[in-house]
Amino acid sequence: MASERDSGSKERPEEEQQQGGVAFETPEIKFTKLFIDGRFVDAVSGRSERGRIITRFADLVEQHADELAALESLDAGKQPAVTKALDIAAAAGSLRYFAGAADKIHGETLKMRGPFQGYTLREPIGVAGLIIPWNFPSTMFGIKVAPALAAGCTMVVKPAEQTPLSALYLAHLAKEAGIPDGVINVVPGFGPTAGAAIASHMQVDMVSFTGSTEVGRLIMEASARSNLKPVSLELGGKSPLIIFQDADLDMAVELAITANLFNKGEACVAASRVYVQESIYDRFEKKLTESLKSWIVGEPFSDPLVRQGPQVDKNHYERVLSYIERGKREGATILTGGKPCCQKGYYIQPTVFTGVKEDMVIAKEEIFGPVMCLMKFKTVEEAIERANDTTYGLGAGVVTKDMDVANRVVRSVRAGVVWVNCYFALCSDCPFGGRKMSGFGKDEGMHALDKFLAVKSVVSPLRGSPWM
Amino acid sequence: MAATASRASSSLLSRCLLTRPFPASSTGASGLRRADKAQELWAAGAPPRWFSTVPATAVTDEPIKPPVEVKYTQLLINGNFVDAASGKTFPTVDPRTGEVIARVAEGDAEDIDRAVAAARRAFDEGPWPRMTAYERCRVLLRFADLIERHAGEIAALETWDGGKPLAQTARGEVPMVARCMRYYAGWADKIHGLVVPADGAHHAQVLREPVGVAGQIIPWNFPLLMFAWKVGPALACGNAVVLKTAEQTPLSALYVANLLHEAGLPEGVLNVVSGFGPTAGAALCSHMDVDKLAFTGSTGTGKIILELAARSNLKPVTLELGGKSPFIVMDDADVDRAVELAHHAVFFNQGQCCCAGSRTFVHERVYDEFVEKSKARALKRVVGDPFREGVEQGPQIDGEQFKKILRYVQSGVDGGATLVAGGDRAGNRGYYIQPKVFADAQDGMKIAQEEIFGPVQTILKFSGVEEVIRRANATRYGLAAGVFTGSLDAASTLSRALRVGTVWVNCYDVLDAAIPFGGYKMSGVGREKGAYSLRNYLQAKAVVTPLRDAAWL
Repeated sequence: MASERDSGSKERPEEEQQQGGVAFETPEIKFTKLFIDGRFVDAVSGRSERGRIITRFADLVEQHADELAALESLDAGKQPAVTKALDIAAAAGSLRYFAGAADKIHGETLKMRGPFQGYTLREPIGVAGLIIPWNFPSTMFGIKVAPALAAGCTMVVKPAEQTPLSALYLAHLAKEAGIPDGVINVVPGFGPTAGAAIASHMQVDMVSFTGSTEVGRLIMEASARSNLKPVSLELGGKSPLIIFQDADLDMAVELAITANLFNKGEACVAASRVYVQESIYDRFEKKLTESLKSWIVGEPFSDPLVRQGPQVDKNHYERVLSYIERGKREGATILTGGKPCCQKGYYIQPTVFTGVKEDMVIAKEEIFGPVMCLMKFKTVEEAIERANDTTYGLGAGVVTKDMDVANRVVRSVRAGVVWVNCYFALCSDCPFGGRKMSGFGKDEGMHALDKFLAVKSVVSPLRGSPWM
Repeated sequence: MAATASRASSSLLSRCLLTRPFPASSTGASGLRRADKAQELWAAGAPPRWFSTVPATAVTDEPIKPPVEVKYTQLLINGNFVDAASGKTFPTVDPRTGEVIARVAEGDAEDIDRAVAAARRAFDEGPWPRMTAYERCRVLLRFADLIERHAGEIAALETWDGGKPLAQTARGEVPMVARCMRYYAGWADKIHGLVVPADGAHHAQVLREPVGVAGQIIPWNFPLLMFAWKVGPALACGNAVVLKTAEQTPLSALYVANLLHEAGLPEGVLNVVSGFGPTAGAALCSHMDVDKLAFTGSTGTGKIILELAARSNLKPVTLELGGKSPFIVMDDADVDRAVELAHHAVFFNQGQCCCAGSRTFVHERVYDEFVEKSKARALKRVVGDPFREGVEQGPQIDGEQFKKILRYVQSGVDGGATLVAGGDRAGNRGYYIQPKVFADAQDGMKIAQEEIFGPVQTILKFSGVEEVIRRANATRYGLAAGVFTGSLDAASTLSRALRVGTVWVNCYDVLDAAIPFGGYKMSGVGREKGAYSLRNYLQAKAVVTPLRDAAWL
């Protein structure tokens, strides 16, 4: 390392001639040295250097955004412009956020009860297993890898078998950024083989998983059976969007559409149960149908007006269609959509069910496709009760102008993130994660670091301190 | 070419004027005192130990031409470089020679008014506080990148204006400035308030908002580092700034402020006014539209500043002031390492550090060895042109400091301390002083009580921990302390007992951006750097709304 740095010095022969003596060579500034103990010592080794490398990684992601967006869109059926503006930007943003957090991971000095002094250290937990899903591959890579890097961990990343490409490209950029070999390892593969191996590995110190609830369960079981590694799970949802009668109707309709159809409905936090207050229900239904008429499903690369691309693969496409059939069989009414579309590929029309009962499968299980269940409610108490009547607890939305209603619903709904008069608004500083069977642990926000850190208390005796 | 020629000839001229045969006959007060003293000592038969024999060739050679041109000499207000309202300028001087580097616009009350107005507008109406914190972070990160791209020029400017060794500015300070800006860039989007559990059915959240317009006054000993410590957190928190630089060192702030604008800082967010304390400085402190003041400098000036703030609009004030920091060498110390560290602690930056370890307390068991080795180390210290490789110590900042330091040395000699190393000035041009070491000092001496701010080490003897704690704390200052020991217990006892803002154990001057820094007692109020510095530039606003039918409280 030392010789690498020394070679950063550059000579300036012209100045040498001008000064007519020993010229001082102005070194290329690559590192900071502080005078300690009579020697110059590296001061940027450690935290801030780590932060700089992660920042460089973020810069590289942005520089290659077009390529990454195209790769991602091809692999996952997304729209390139949206992928670049949202997915890739979020990945870079996360890296930059946590780059700035690397040197802000604090322990604390404590108030001990007795002649002792104590403090906590927050140490990197070790080797992190990061298992990421196929719906937002790059974003998920960014939001999991960034805090793991900032915390000082090393990691094994297993991207989803449906979308392995962006993780490999990102890992290449990481290497270019200066992340040392062995810190980020990427193993594309399948759940039951590669994923299971990570979850059961005795040398992996923690696992962070985003995916379905059923697989999350398997991972937790594997951890219990192996080395009790702490597990952070971000799982499925059946998130409610509750629209009150004082809502701005146009805004509410837009929100319901986005909340269900963004990323072709393949979002863990999709508001797949839309509750509209009785007195505005009919108008809402009408506006929704009207709005959806101009919603274009199609090939995402060629037509800029396309709002929805194909589902990620055949398996998933068939699964979504089978849920739609189920809904029909159980007696729900199709307001719009309900069929596949386009000549080839895995395209499904945006579908809205009405006349849905809470005990129907389409109202209880996560469909993960462009399918909305539209229901009506009378009172806020009823809305809250029905919203909470689910094993999931990931997201929720409430649309109202009334402060009291908003506050009440916000505190009553058992969800990890609640959006008031908006949806999907997330960023690096905002912790994200679920409750109940939507999982536990947070991605994004300073809280995201916790799962990659182990708190160590250090205690030693104190003699004759003038204060306690 | 013409500029170079005129500089060369003016330097030739000043050399002719200042050159005097040794010893000085009529050079000035210090020369006279020295000559008289020498006579006295010779007469008394005492060897003139204090005529240093350190060769001063490094000092008397032709000064190296700095590899940088002065580009910015005006005030920077509202994104533009402008002349002072009065049109006046003042010189900034090369401390190697006393010659003028450049004339710089001299800001006064009118200019401060304009700068504050620009900052006010930028904050109240402009984009800066309205951007997302992430966007502010990106501006500051770009600024750090630009600093690194121009690091060579910046370091050279800082050395030229301030007399600091180029090795120090180029390899230490400029990278630290970039590091500091990145540190604060990373805070911008992580400034959180609490949502608090209050009794009663209320949702109570605390928003941490930017204070508004921050007035900042920085010193001449670390112009750029002080720029970073102040401007960094103020901007990261979304504020606008009016910065008054020290009159001795106005150049580097103007240079980097230009880079900050290149990085995307909107106009009016950072305004830089060069000028003097009693005029521009006082105007800033008294200004009714400045929301916050931060100052680094002498304790005496700090008191004036606090008074002006009180008399005007009660703006909150943070002060980083002087010190007389103890460096304590315990009986189990590795003497060689202790000597080296103690030497650095007091002599670094020509002794011009607020946190200089200027009272070296040495345990009696290792005292004699320590004094001998300190003397040897001081005699080895290379004093010379800061642009020259291998030079450890450049000139003092100006004539005023230079004279003050020599007066303190005299008082040390007069007071009976033993001057084991050090002569008078080094060379006969500029403000170079040979490092001086006093041994056998007593607590009551001026050199042991007052801040000298020069290359003068004062060594005192002690025999026990309780004693050294009492003596170390017997000062109105309380900035820092060094503790040199291998014992866990001694380290722990001393760190708790010393009433200072920073205790360095077996190290010194570790000043990374993440570590809070500041004084107890008359060394200051508040902390800079680290997470603590943010609260200097934020206000806390509690927002309380009632909860009806709350599911939980």
